[in-house]
Amino acid sequence: MSNKKHFKLTVNGEEQEFLAEPRELLIHTLRERLRQTGPHIGCETSHCGACTVTMNGKSVKACTVFVAQADGADITTIEGLGNPDSLHVLQEAFKEHHGLQCGFCTPGMITRASKLLEENPTPTEEEVRFGMAGNICRCTGYQNIVKSILAAASEMNAAKEAAE
Amino acid sequence: MIPAAFEYYRPKDMAGVLSVLEEHGDDARVVAGGHSLIPMMKLRMAEVPHLIDLQDVAGLTGISIDAGRVRIGAMTTQHEIINHAGLSDVAPIMREASLQIADPQVRYMGTVGGNVANGDPGNDMPGLMQCLDATFILVGPDGERSVAARDFYEAAYMTDRADDEVLTAVEFAASKGGYAYEKQKRKIGDYATAAAAVLITKDGGTCASASIAMTNLSDTPVYSVDAGAALVGTSLDEASMKAAVDAMLGDIDPTEDNRGPIEFKRHAASVILRRAIENAWDRA
Repeated sequence: MSNKKHFKLTVNGEEQEFLAEPRELLIHTLRERLRQTGPHIGCETSHCGACTVTMNGKSVKACTVFVAQADGADITTIEGLGNPDSLHVLQEAFKEHHGLQCGFCTPGMITRASKLLEENPTPTEEEVRFGMAGNICRCTGYQNIVKSILAAASEMNAAKEAAE
Repeated sequence: MIPAAFEYYRPKDMAGVLSVLEEHGDDARVVAGGHSLIPMMKLRMAEVPHLIDLQDVAGLTGISIDAGRVRIGAMTTQHEIINHAGLSDVAPIMREASLQIADPQVRYMGTVGGNVANGDPGNDMPGLMQCLDATFILVGPDGERSVAARDFYEAAYMTDRADDEVLTAVEFAASKGGYAYEKQKRKIGDYATAAAAVLITKDGGTCASASIAMTNLSDTPVYSVDAGAALVGTSLDEASMKAAVDAMLGDIDPTEDNRGPIEFKRHAASVILRRAIENAWDRA
């Protein structure tokens, strides 16, 4: 049975149009159809957050959204935050503070952290840990992820101050 | 991980929702935030040939507070509940509980209506709604009706909602006095091993009213009339505290699972209820 429908997404600033079954999970659309393979799949129970993207200004787990629900949405993945030639402050901070090892959770971590810092630019350590609680990491023990995010927050705030 | 195929509908109004529900009966389900239904569909534990997305349906979002009465549209997300200043003033227990539900990503999507209509005893909002003596608004082919949260839950995944009805809002009176939502869980995002919702008002040093409901300690949320009654008129001395806990233990019916055996859950329920009562009393 195929009941493909026409969908439209804006992903990392580019409009994408395609036919897909409504049941296709957004994470599969992003990875397999649109080749944004930064967001990962770490579970099938919506716990791990490796698939986290920003959709219409919210951090969402792309494994728990049907493409049909996302029709018309504006989505940012890790690929849209920065690239090897021009790293996002968070990407730079994760590198600097050793906030990753295998790198599998990192795209979701950084995408989530970007939203967290947008909503709370000066988080405490506790607020970072709580605000990142939807993202699981098997390598780092979280300590350096927290450090990376706090460092990125300071950097972003300093840059903001300098610009004012 | 891979859900079965379905027909997808995204109506703009409730009439559109109801017509699909009427046509397909049991084979149609509404999806709100999708954070209970989609996981079940991915595990093929829920079969939904016709999926009706509520996101564009007018009139299902928003929090209004009018003359001490709170109305929260069913599609209001946990994230919105947490960040709504007015709601935190008139019913601070909502924010306290929402912050203990799931994780940030899930809270951006998961809705109050989905939480209360789901029927999973693990959900936190149902007990909270019973504690608040909330009313659920349901819309069906014959129009709108109200049902008390305390009468809504029949068994696990069985509620008073008919297949052709949609829960559109929850309503409750602004709470007075002290409040607490205490939840024992294994980790972030876990359903409760035991949780307690408590509202208490004080008259001088005496408890004037108390409302107590428990989460995930039976196949439905448990509103314990007797536990609340045991506190009223007392100064919350040890005897009345023990009476309340004993009354609560008489009303719950936990089952053994990964969160522990029955005796442990009864113990956890006792500890959590005491904490919630003490906390609510201090805030009253």
